[in-house]
Amino acid sequence: MKPRVLEIRQGVFEKNDLLARDLRARFEAAGVTVFNLVSSPGAGKTLLLERTLTLLREGGLRPAALVGDVATENDAKRLARSGAPTRQIVTAGNCHLEAGMIGRHLEGWPLDDLDFLFIENVGNLVCPAHYDLGENARVVLLSVTEGEDKPLKYPPMFHSADAALITKIDLAEATGFDRAAVYEALESVRPGIETLELSARTGQGMEAWLDYLLRVRATSPLAAFASPAPGGEGTGA
Amino acid sequence: MHELSLAESLIEQVERAVEAAGGGHVTALQLSIGALAGVDAAALRFGFDVAAQGTRLDGATLDITLLPVIIHCPSCDAGVELPDIQHFRCPRCGTPSLDVRQGRELTIETVEVLDETPSP
Repeated sequence: MKPRVLEIRQGVFEKNDLLARDLRARFEAAGVTVFNLVSSPGAGKTLLLERTLTLLREGGLRPAALVGDVATENDAKRLARSGAPTRQIVTAGNCHLEAGMIGRHLEGWPLDDLDFLFIENVGNLVCPAHYDLGENARVVLLSVTEGEDKPLKYPPMFHSADAALITKIDLAEATGFDRAAVYEALESVRPGIETLELSARTGQGMEAWLDYLLRVRATSPLAAFASPAPGGEGTGA
Repeated sequence: MHELSLAESLIEQVERAVEAAGGGHVTALQLSIGALAGVDAAALRFGFDVAAQGTRLDGATLDITLLPVIIHCPSCDAGVELPDIQHFRCPRCGTPSLDVRQGRELTIETVEVLDETPSP
């Protein structure tokens, strides 16, 4: 018997994209600005977030955090010390966060009372690249202790980001950090990417980072990786 | 590695589509994977073979077409294919561009379906 051919023409990421669009609309309606923080494990997402939550609260703003982790709840406990509402998403082995997980963990949370929501993704430079979480901006962290060519090794992730943070900048000299090489790699994979250098430990560069957050809040741009509107063309970003 | 969960989603999507189209057993599946989709074809094949067991896609062959990234170059006013995914600039004139027109997709294109033999 001859098989019949069935046209499907469906994207496998469509289900996530649909949920991400719903989330984006919810965030916009609630007036909360959302950042998706991505990096390899150990680049300093949690410390940066701890300091960021504290500084924003000192400035009279209302931040909150959703923290994705494969197995533990340690990060959420650390972040809760800032006084900001914090929830942990234990992915039980899953290597990335998906829009559906964000939606489920927002239940019962008064989004209207928040100014900023930070989503700390699972430490992984591959899988989270393809999952839109409804964020306003995706921020990729790269510490000076990592290789300068990381953007070239993980192009989908760096290409999908709206901003890059070079973290642990206080260690730059000690590690022989090659600044020019990093900027060149970033510019190659993601031309024009906004890049900031900071150290959450010493506080260096934190002011510029807060300025960036406020600027994104003021302009609420559409993230580079935002999923296209139904029936629309690509994101063009 | 997220290829196993991707394989599961794609199987679920195909099952739904085939059921809606009258059912049958899937013998082959045509997929397109963009260079920027970050999907490893070998890992996806492996995940697919495992996840398809016991479903109507069990034993189906996976035909994968790899799609290069195409950006729109504002200077040339044309779509240009990138030779790699590390350099987002027009290979002809060097103008940087983030206007990706192809290369992010993971698309189920078509499936081949055999009607199930009616049980006696």
